[in-house]
Amino acid sequence: MPRTARDVVFVDGVRTPFGKAGPKGIYHETRADDLVVKCIRELLRRNPDLDPARIDEVALAATTQIGDQGLTLGRTAGILAGLPQSVPGFSIDRMCAGAMTAVTSVAGGIAFGAYDIAVAGGVEHMGRHPMGEGVDPNPRFVSEKLVDQSALFMGMTAENLHDRLPHITKQRTDEYAVRSQEKAAKAYADGKIQADLVPISVRRTSPDGGETGWGLATADEPMRPGTTLDGLASLKTPFRPHGRVTAGNAAGLNDGATASLIASEDVARELGLPVKMRLVAYAFAGVEPEVMGIGPVPATEKALAKAGLSIDDIGLFEINEAFAVQVLSLLDHYGIADDDPRVNQYGGAIAFGHPLASSGVRLMTQLARQFEEQPHVRYGITTMCVGFGMGGTVIWENPHWEGK
Amino acid sequence: MSTTADLLKGAAELFPDEVVTQAHVRHLDLPQGAGKFALITLDNGLDHTKPTTFGPQSLANLDAAIDQVEKEAAEGGIVGVGVTGKPFIFAVGADLKGLEVLKRHEDAVAIGKGGHDVFKRLAALAVPTFAYYNGAAMGGGVEVGLHCTYRTVSRALPAFSLPEVFLGLVPGWGGCTLLPNIIGADRAVSVIIENSLNQNKQLKGQQVFDLGIADAIFDGADFLEQSLIWTASVLKGTTEVVRAEVDRGEAWDRAVERGRFIADGKVHGAAPAAYRALDIIAQAKNGDLRQGFDAEDQALADLIMSGELRSGIYAFNLVQKRGKRPAGAPDKSLARPVTKVGVVGAGLMASQLALLFARRLEVPVVLTDIDQERVDKGVGYVHGEIDKLLGKGRINQDKANRLKGLVSGSLDKAAAFGDADFVIEAVFEEMGVKQQVFAEVEAVVPETAILATNTSSLSVSEMASKLKHPERVVGFHFFNPVAILPLLEIVRGERTDDAALATAFAVAKSLKKTAVLVKDAPAFVVNRILTRFMGEIQNVIDEGTPVETAEKAVEPLGLPMSPLVLLELVGPAIGLHVSETLAAAFPDRFKVSPNLAAVVKAGKRGFYVYDSGKPELDPEVAALLVQGDTVLTEEQVRARVLDAVAQEIGLMLDEGVVAEAQDIDLCLITGAGWPFHLGGLTPYLDREGISERVNGKRFLPQGVASVPA
Repeated sequence: MPRTARDVVFVDGVRTPFGKAGPKGIYHETRADDLVVKCIRELLRRNPDLDPARIDEVALAATTQIGDQGLTLGRTAGILAGLPQSVPGFSIDRMCAGAMTAVTSVAGGIAFGAYDIAVAGGVEHMGRHPMGEGVDPNPRFVSEKLVDQSALFMGMTAENLHDRLPHITKQRTDEYAVRSQEKAAKAYADGKIQADLVPISVRRTSPDGGETGWGLATADEPMRPGTTLDGLASLKTPFRPHGRVTAGNAAGLNDGATASLIASEDVARELGLPVKMRLVAYAFAGVEPEVMGIGPVPATEKALAKAGLSIDDIGLFEINEAFAVQVLSLLDHYGIADDDPRVNQYGGAIAFGHPLASSGVRLMTQLARQFEEQPHVRYGITTMCVGFGMGGTVIWENPHWEGK
Repeated sequence: MSTTADLLKGAAELFPDEVVTQAHVRHLDLPQGAGKFALITLDNGLDHTKPTTFGPQSLANLDAAIDQVEKEAAEGGIVGVGVTGKPFIFAVGADLKGLEVLKRHEDAVAIGKGGHDVFKRLAALAVPTFAYYNGAAMGGGVEVGLHCTYRTVSRALPAFSLPEVFLGLVPGWGGCTLLPNIIGADRAVSVIIENSLNQNKQLKGQQVFDLGIADAIFDGADFLEQSLIWTASVLKGTTEVVRAEVDRGEAWDRAVERGRFIADGKVHGAAPAAYRALDIIAQAKNGDLRQGFDAEDQALADLIMSGELRSGIYAFNLVQKRGKRPAGAPDKSLARPVTKVGVVGAGLMASQLALLFARRLEVPVVLTDIDQERVDKGVGYVHGEIDKLLGKGRINQDKANRLKGLVSGSLDKAAAFGDADFVIEAVFEEMGVKQQVFAEVEAVVPETAILATNTSSLSVSEMASKLKHPERVVGFHFFNPVAILPLLEIVRGERTDDAALATAFAVAKSLKKTAVLVKDAPAFVVNRILTRFMGEIQNVIDEGTPVETAEKAVEPLGLPMSPLVLLELVGPAIGLHVSETLAAAFPDRFKVSPNLAAVVKAGKRGFYVYDSGKPELDPEVAALLVQGDTVLTEEQVRARVLDAVAQEIGLMLDEGVVAEAQDIDLCLITGAGWPFHLGGLTPYLDREGISERVNGKRFLPQGVASVPA
């Protein structure tokens, strides 16, 4: 039977404020599933024209699918969010690119005609589920030297990337990090971030973290406005003595969730839903697990090739800042300046935080806002590195583009 | 230190065992840039199975929290104050244990004033206040929210009530005064009087909103977030809160009248709480809150010192605690699994039992009887009742299919009961018949099967005496209507073993019944007391007192129905049968009334006709009555009846029919619907001096269901 692939659009995206993982973090006593449930509910509230029964799939990502991140979250969170029982769901995992993969998976289904509208998102509560919780790596990885021992420790892979690209110095990464904090603070001051945040009620019973009782999370907790180069220079390099990677030039350990509505363009238009971005192409690529931070390079190459575009066609970049060195490795690859104004205009994960499997949709939500404000830009990308040596890139077209 | 703090400190010293609620103050930035907000969380630090309550120290904590936010509000540091609870619980009101220890009227006044003084401060803050009813809210929990400027409620809230009148109090921390001023007197009467007296009926979140108690309602999933967003919009003026205007005209008076009518129908003037609450509601019409609060303080203190409240709390604890952990039940690990139930007989009682077992145990239930027609009728009854449940939406089609599939009938006991674990007989009340039934059943059931009898007055030991395994026979006495009255008297025969008894208690628990362990004594507990009670009424009628006088004599007790209406409900024939059993056992105290026998013989179903809408003595019954010429006054009748009952209960306790007077009361409350304000009965007999007069001693020590010495 002949079929036509359908255009896929990003309708809307929201996220929780991101928190710091750990006993003093805002979400220490908040369940992971509740975080993502509240995002789904906000999407429905923001799009009252969407009959929830029209949602064909709920794809939710989490890296550690245990406890409140387990139990086929896509299904259980749908029920908890009050979606009709007829709406199915599943869980998905590609570590840091979980939410991104949720989006591309449902996008594939929409293009194929299996879905009209889907929810895609992710959650990671790294306080309740520290990286590596319950993992059981096959001993052959080490005995057969399939990967280096450092491959499982993301900070070490970042140090490895510095080794590979010695021209990316600690000075450059720290400078990048300071700019990320500055841009994020400015984006907050300009009100660019808050509109897509879902306030989350947070309970605290231990006075160690501050006032007890119920509170409300309305802003990202990890932000460190006013960060200086001097301040960063003094930080420890926990992954290697005299190394380069610090808590200051990397994303922290965070809690948070995101969710987006992805739809076929014709259905979105028919229902009067917003069309914020149009999907052009996406690609995932594998690299050596020891230097997973380089993953976005081949992923972007692949995606551009599929789209028939060149890097010069890309007017806006949302690059996940797992590590500054990983961002700079991509920019260097394409000869883009460290402070290029097209890159991470609102700052990035170094400032906001990076709750692993949730981050992909944060990049998209921010790119969507930038598209709206910058109709002269036609294409943008969201890209991120992924543990165990992968990268993912999604190329988006700006529906507000004014050019021809 | 403020006078309120002093007051509460004094009260706290009287109640060292208080489970203390903290009032945490946390600050947050409201959405939409609406400003800094102080949110007070009421939390006793325990999980949701231990709901948050207010004792004096808890009130002092809230007082201190208000000190803090009052200062911040006055200084302009915050734009509003909210109050909410821990997960699933808002707050469930005063700690009843704290009331039980109070001995002096002035201490009781302090409790009322303490609550008022603290809660009132919320209304007096320089900024608007918001209550977020996130979960269960009762009594003082509801009232703390009523003092706030605005309220939101969760759609997931399962229980919301002002249960004070149910216990024997008034909503005395603002409830009686504020609620009618917020939602109007008629709705307030529904909440404060009607629901309370209707077995403490609870409201759900949607009803709280629909009644106008809450200004906004949000789903449970993100209730607090949405409440705070709403708060921000109210404070910024983008949301306007509109409430229905309260009708302060005649409607208010009519509402109070309706309340009195409801109270009369339930307690017949016998318990003061509802009437005190209505007096305050009536007074609240003038909108003078201060005057209302003063009246609440007085009413609260009077009632706290009353026997009715102490009895109410005692009764509440019996039902909630003793009813769930029956005294004298063997270790539950001895209970055998019950995977199939047999019911001998397919009459109305047997069919009701089959329905109950199928619904609660969800195991196959087989009815047997002597012919196919009876079996079909019994099974048909059960299937019809299941269809009714389906029609009302109480169960879905799958469940209806399942339940119908579970209930079947058979003429072949061997096939029906060969793999049953629990067989109950509900056949004709005659020892010979029952012995024969049990012999037949024993021949076909597994070695370990329990044999239960629903007899209301025959000896369980005698019924078991001819069996090979009498140790597996247990009495399992339900009360009519089976689906409504919670009591199940579990009777231990002389040879009943612990395994049979433990199984009976386990089954009772699955059936959601209140089980009380009873010795194998004639008519057990409820029927023996009721028969003695009714017997004395019948005796005075037989001796010459007019029926009407005899009936009115016990009205001041506030029983759910008059003795002769009860007789009608039970059925005169059954009443006669039980009185015959008891007369045979205790001829000195029980006798068979010739008039009752005549009524039964004439085939009458009761003493009354209802042609006029009210009960009136049936002329045909009146014609049957042969009365003497001794006419007693109501007081004389009442004294005679209560003396008789006090004597009977005393004898039952001496015989060891139950472990303690508490079990007698629990039986009367859950098996006969006797009211909380009597505490069942023994607290009333104690406080009226009847126990002392008849038996020379109280049933319960001073301080149990009464003000401590």
